[in-house]
Amino acid sequence: MTPGPTTSARLTGITKSFLGVPVLRGVDLELRGGEVHAVMGENGAGKSTLLKVLAGVHRPDGGTIEVDGAEMSFAGPTDAQRAGIAIIHQEFTLLPHRSVAENVYLGREPVRRMQVDRRRMMADTRELLDWLGEDGIDPADTVSSLSVAQRQVVEIVKALSTDARVLGMDEPTAALADHEVELLYDLVRRLRERGIAILYVSHRMREVFDLSDRITVLKDGQFVTCAPTSELTSEDLVRHMVGRDLGEYYPDRAVPDDLGAVRLALRGAGNDRLRGLNLEVRAGEIVGLAGLQGSGRSAVARAVFGVEPFTRGSLEVDGATRRVTRPRTAVRLGIALVTEDRKGDGLALGQSVRDNTLLVRRAALRGGRSREKSDVAELLDLVTVVARGEHQEVRFLSGGNQQKVVLAKWLAVAPRVLVVDEPTRGIDVGAKRAVHELLRDLARRGVAVLMISSELPELIGMSDRILVMHDGALAGELPAGASEGAVMALATGHGIGEVA
Amino acid sequence: MTWRPRLAEGTAPVLVVLFVLLLGLAIAGPAYAEPSGYLALLKRAAPLMILAIGQYFVIVSGGFDLSVGALVTAGVVIAARLINGSESATARVILLVLGFGLLVGLVNGLVTTKLLVPSFIVTLGMLLVLDGAIFLWTGGAPRGALSAGFRMFGRGAVEVPVLGEVPWSVLILLAILVAAALFMRGGTGRALVAVGDNEAAVRLSGGQVDRLRLLAFVLSGLLAAVAAILLGGFAGVSAQVGDGLEFRAITAVVLGGVLLGGGRGSVVAAAAGALSLESLFTLLNLLGVSGALESAVQGVIIIAAVAYASLGSGVRQRLRWWPKQRSSAAPAQPASS
Repeated sequence: MTPGPTTSARLTGITKSFLGVPVLRGVDLELRGGEVHAVMGENGAGKSTLLKVLAGVHRPDGGTIEVDGAEMSFAGPTDAQRAGIAIIHQEFTLLPHRSVAENVYLGREPVRRMQVDRRRMMADTRELLDWLGEDGIDPADTVSSLSVAQRQVVEIVKALSTDARVLGMDEPTAALADHEVELLYDLVRRLRERGIAILYVSHRMREVFDLSDRITVLKDGQFVTCAPTSELTSEDLVRHMVGRDLGEYYPDRAVPDDLGAVRLALRGAGNDRLRGLNLEVRAGEIVGLAGLQGSGRSAVARAVFGVEPFTRGSLEVDGATRRVTRPRTAVRLGIALVTEDRKGDGLALGQSVRDNTLLVRRAALRGGRSREKSDVAELLDLVTVVARGEHQEVRFLSGGNQQKVVLAKWLAVAPRVLVVDEPTRGIDVGAKRAVHELLRDLARRGVAVLMISSELPELIGMSDRILVMHDGALAGELPAGASEGAVMALATGHGIGEVA
Repeated sequence: MTWRPRLAEGTAPVLVVLFVLLLGLAIAGPAYAEPSGYLALLKRAAPLMILAIGQYFVIVSGGFDLSVGALVTAGVVIAARLINGSESATARVILLVLGFGLLVGLVNGLVTTKLLVPSFIVTLGMLLVLDGAIFLWTGGAPRGALSAGFRMFGRGAVEVPVLGEVPWSVLILLAILVAAALFMRGGTGRALVAVGDNEAAVRLSGGQVDRLRLLAFVLSGLLAAVAAILLGGFAGVSAQVGDGLEFRAITAVVLGGVLLGGGRGSVVAAAAGALSLESLFTLLNLLGVSGALESAVQGVIIIAAVAYASLGSGVRQRLRWWPKQRSSAAPAQPASS
C-alpha cells in the first residue's frame, strides 16, 4: 500500500435516468480510506440516487464503478456488500423486538451444529462495538430499549459486520436530537481513524464543514465541483449549489392592486413540530414557503389543514379565529390542500377522473350543494386535463394530468385559501407551466395561495413573497425575486441576516 | 359529449359466466325452457343475492362481514319464537328483525371504526357470539312457528300486470337491487368506493371515512335481516338456516369481480355473482353431481376468481412490458459490447 489515503472506491461518469428523466448526468466521485467525503446539493440534485448507485440498489445507465482498482458491476445490494460497500439509509432497518446481536447478523447468523451460534454472534458483535469504542450498548439489549442515536450505532455496526470499507450515510442526523449529533460526529471521526472511507450525504452546511475532508457538489444531477473542505467557504458552497440561470418563464406576479384582505393568518401558532409561526396570506397573493426537508414546511400545511393541528396560537380565516382540528373543518372553511404525495393521499387511483374530481364535493359538502352534472367538464377544461374521457381511471394518467385532477378536485369547491405542497413534483415541463399559470390565475380571482416547494427557481419565480423555514420556525421573509443564495442561507440556518 | 354504455372493470367476466350457466340450464333441464323456471331460480337466489349486495358494500369499502350467516339464523329463530304462529304479531316482529339486523351492523361498524379492530375479526367475533346466543336460547332446536303472513314474503307470489305471477322475493330483490345501483351512482356510493381505494385521500378531501364504513356495515346487517325474512319463509325454521351463507355471499361478491380490499367493482356484478353461484349449484344438481360437493366447488371458485383478478393485471403488465424491453435492448447491444 502506498502511504496516505488510498482510493477505496471510484465512480466515473455515472448517468442514471428514471422514466426518461435524467437524475444523474455524468457524476464523478472518489472515495478514499480514512476520509470523510461529503456530497452536497439541493433537494433533487441527485445525492440519494448517487448513494443508491454505489450501494447497488440502482444500476447506472452509464459510467463505471471501481472498488480498489477493479471494475465492478453490481446486480443488487448484495453484490455491493460483498465488495465492501455498506449504506446506512435514512430509514432504520432494525427489528425493534430483537437483540442488537440478532439485528447485526440478521439473515447471516453464524451456524453451529444446525443451530444459530448465539454465543459467537454475541462475541462478534461485542468485538465490533469495542472496536468502535461503544461500550454503552450490550449485544443482548433489545433494540427497542435503545435511543435513536444508539440504534444508529447498531446500524453502523451491522454495516461494518460485513467487512465494509466504504460506508455511505444518507442524512444521518435527520432523526437525531441535537445532543445526539455530537455523538454521531465522534463516531464518524473514529470510523475515519480506522481507515473507513465515508460518503456523507447531507444538506446541512454546518455538519459538512464540521466533519468532512472533501466536498463534492451536485446540481441537477451534474457534477459541479470537488474540493478539499478547507479550501471552500460556505458562500462558495451556496453559490455552487444554486448557481444556475433563471431562464424559465413564470406568470406575472401580483401588483399591489391585486391584493385584497388577509385571508389566512397564523398568530404565534405552533405544535410539536412548529414554533411561534406568524404569517399572513392575502387574497390575490402567492406566498412561497421555502425550507429544507424536515424544516417543517409540510408540517405547516398539515397544521393549517387540520391533519396535525396547531396546539398553540391561533389561526384566522378571513379575519375570524378558527379552530381547525380535522380536514373536514378546513374544507368547510374554504381551505384546500394539495399534498406532496398525490398518489398516496391526493387521489383514489382506481377511481375515474370524474369521481376524483367530485371527491371533495361529495365527501365534504352536503348533497344539496352538489351541482354534479353541470360543471365537471368545465372544471377539467379549466385545468386542461388530457384524458380519454371522464370515466378513465386516474392511475392511467400521466403525473401531470393526475396533478391537474387534484387541482380540479379542489376547484370544484371554490376554495378561498389554497395550500399547495410541491405542486409540480415529478411532472413534465408542459404540465408544470400549466400548473403555474393555474395557480396565478386562481390568485387573480382572489384565492390566497400558500405554496411550498423545494425547487427554488419555481418558488422564487412564482412567489410574491417568500417565507423561509428552518427547524420548525420561520427564519425570515424575503421579497419577490430574492436570490437562491439568500433563500438557501436562511434555510440552512447559516448566517441568518448575513446574506440578503 | 357522446354517451357510451360502460361496465365497471371486472364486470364483464361474471356476465359471461352467468350467460353460459343459464344457457347450460336451458340445455340440461326441461324446466328452464320457459320463463317460469328462471323465475323460480331467481326466487331461490334472492336471499343470497340480497346478502351479496350487503356484503358488497362492506367489501368495496375495504372490509369483510362474516357475521351475516349467523345473523340470518338469528333473525329466523327470533321471528319464529316471537310470532309463535300468531298472525297479529307479524308486522311488529318483521320490524324487530330488521331492527336487530341494523343493530348488529351498527355494532360491527362501531367496533371496526372506533376501536380499530379489523372488520375480519369483529365480524368473526360477532358470528361466534350470535351462534352461541342462538344455541343458548334455543337449546339447538328452535321453538315456535312463523305465521303465514311472515312466510308470504319468502314463498308467496303476487299478480303483476303483464308479467303474471311474480314471487314477492323477486320483487323485493329487484327493488333492493335498483336502490343499491342508484345509491352506488350517487355521491355517497362513490365516496364509499373511494374509501376502499384510498382512505387517506378521502379523509384529506374532508370525507367522514368512519361514517361511510359504518354505513356499509349497517346496510349489510339490514340486508341480512331482509334475507332472513325471505329465507324463513322459503326454507322454514331451523337453527342451521344461515350456516355458511357468509362465505357464500363473499364468494358471490368475488365472483362478481369485486376486488377484495376494496375500491373496485359494481354492486350489480356482485348480485350477478350470487345468481351465477346459485345457477351453478342448480346446474350441478341437474347433472346429478352430489350436493356434498357444493362447498368444494365454492372453494375452487373463490380461489380461482381472486387468482384471475390478480393474475389478470400481472399478465397485462407483462404484455405491455415485453415488446418495450426488446426494442430498448436491441440498440443497446452494440453500444455495450
